Amino acid sequence: MSENVTLPKQQGTSDGATDRGEPLLTVEGLTKHFPIYGGFPFKRQVGAVKAVDGIDLSVHAGESLGLVGESGCGKSTTGRLITRLMEPTGGKITYAGQDITRAGRKQLAPVRSEIQMIFQDPYSSLNPRQTVGTIIKSPMEVNGINPAGGREKRVQELLETVGLNPEHYNRFPHEFSGGQRQRIGVARALALQPKLIVADEPVSALDVSIQAQVVNLLQKVQDELGIAFLFIAHDLAIVRHFSHRVAVMYLGKVVEVADRDSLYNRPRHPYTHALLSAVPEADVDAAKKERIRLSGDVPSPIMPPSGCRFRTRCWKAQDKCATEEPPLVQISGNREGHLTACHFPEEPTTERAEDVILDPALAALEEGKNGSDD
Amino acid sequence: MPERYDPDEAVAPTGAGGVMDLATSEGETLEKLPGGPKGTGPAELDPSAPSGERARSLWSDAWRDLRRNPIFIVSGLVILFLVVISIWPSLIASGNPLQCDLAKAQEGSQPGYPFGFNGQGCDVYTRTVYGARTSVTVGVCATLGVALIGSVFGGLAGFFGGASDAILSRVTDIFFGIPVVLGGLVLLSVVTSSTVWPVIGFMVLLGWPQLSRIARGSVITAKQNDYVQAARALGASNSRILLRHITPNAVAPVIVVATIALGTYISLEATLSFLGVGLKPPTVSWGIDISSASPYIRNAPHMLLWPAGALAITVLAFIMLGDAVRDALDPKLR
Repeated sequence: MSENVTLPKQQGTSDGATDRGEPLLTVEGLTKHFPIYGGFPFKRQVGAVKAVDGIDLSVHAGESLGLVGESGCGKSTTGRLITRLMEPTGGKITYAGQDITRAGRKQLAPVRSEIQMIFQDPYSSLNPRQTVGTIIKSPMEVNGINPAGGREKRVQELLETVGLNPEHYNRFPHEFSGGQRQRIGVARALALQPKLIVADEPVSALDVSIQAQVVNLLQKVQDELGIAFLFIAHDLAIVRHFSHRVAVMYLGKVVEVADRDSLYNRPRHPYTHALLSAVPEADVDAAKKERIRLSGDVPSPIMPPSGCRFRTRCWKAQDKCATEEPPLVQISGNREGHLTACHFPEEPTTERAEDVILDPALAALEEGKNGSDD
Repeated sequence: MPERYDPDEAVAPTGAGGVMDLATSEGETLEKLPGGPKGTGPAELDPSAPSGERARSLWSDAWRDLRRNPIFIVSGLVILFLVVISIWPSLIASGNPLQCDLAKAQEGSQPGYPFGFNGQGCDVYTRTVYGARTSVTVGVCATLGVALIGSVFGGLAGFFGGASDAILSRVTDIFFGIPVVLGGLVLLSVVTSSTVWPVIGFMVLLGWPQLSRIARGSVITAKQNDYVQAARALGASNSRILLRHITPNAVAPVIVVATIALGTYISLEATLSFLGVGLKPPTVSWGIDISSASPYIRNAPHMLLWPAGALAITVLAFIMLGDAVRDALDPKLR
């Protein structure tokens, strides 16, 4: 299995990040610590929430990178660091060869128009006191862009692109439904013809039936306009649908990154296994899938576990995991570009003989149920 | 189905009902838009939709909405009337408010003197008309001063946070600690000027912390919204964010509190005058008349009721105006 070193070129033109030269966006050792103050009578820093603790990512032009992980693992913080809505504590963000980690507002201006953001909540991301036209026009106003035919015309074109009636530019956001409002957010992000869009859970606030529409719209946008996406989500099915490559985050770290097929079909990190086994299966005829039930909660990001951060919930953890932090590398058996941070990786398959139940209470319940069945 | 599509309710996905939700809320909002194209979902664009609709903006919409609002029209007319008689009181009162006849003290309504006479034998009607100037000046100027200073300081502290916020919050705490009446006795007793300006200045000095707290709070609420982050991600400057995003969304509570406070300032002027540190008697004001009439409320209630009624109508008019303006500035309430 390890011989397929040059394989990952399955997605045609838009995949195979490894041989496409300089990435559009590179993130190296990106860190964000939120300080905690306490003490009496003088407040001083007593600790820090290590929301993002040294992650490395790269996004190539026209590529979509999915970023998944459970709540509180630092996905959204990563997105806001990359769009420079938050100041990173450490690390380096390079966009198109330019270091933007500490760039000021003036230096950022040209980059701002190329990196856009789509927000999770379509209700709070649109100013309720501005018309849709004003909202979509504002990126052009801020950056002094006068498209041919006028800004008004461009707004109407954008509304048409995202599937809204261009005549509605005079309406206020509350006159639209959630899905339509998210389309307005997409139109605003597209107004400056960006090269990279950071989509922070763009569909998780939407109704399931509307999610598909918006994801398809984003996919259409990506295919037709060749925009790179950093797609942050916790819905693995949507990420699989949308992304060329996927990075899995756990407690402020990237634990596994690979192209989509490699990650979903040949996951190596136990956490990725656990995540994938939790995806509900709609097909009733499918063979019963393995289940991995993680016990307990995510450890506190204030005092993350030593060594491998997943070791407190990992069924394969050994002494080495507590002392040595596994590096994010291409371990043997992985395809090209498939990086895993694990000392004791799982088999590259999603087939599993039996359930892994880490919660003693759950295990007892399960046993009791099996017992009564007999 | 709720009367209005409530965004707060619709944030949480509601399972399979979502399709219905989308369709109905769309139809609902469309019905409410006179002349708007019907049934234009994302899938079906209506080519017959009227084009070249006049550009809408928050302020033009608010003005159009206000012109049709009876509450705004009534309160606006009352305020207009008050302003006119403040400038030209002789238009409706031919007498002299300072010409008094002690022989007629506390007498009731008489031909030519519909409101009767006060304790000094002055015509209550003439004094009520002439008192409008002082009272409206005090109320409006104190409110404007308080609203301006309070919302600028409070808004900036809320927006920038950090040290400026900490300093401002402590300063407002200090001002909150000063009792109004005691502060008035101490500060105004050293003032010799008999104009309204020291009184207005005192009210602004003690009133701005209240407004600044409210402005600070509503700015903090507004700035946490994603649309502020979105504007920032576009590279918008702080001044643009403040003017376009924060101010329109944070101004409503300030308007409400300011219009309510306007009435308080007119009555505070009365209190201060009663204590002898406000306006001095040759000045005619409702406050002075109310305070001088209050001991005689049982034998000559008309002396109190007319200036007090004028005060109540004025305060009500301003509160109604504030309400109408606040509602007009909220597109969701239109």
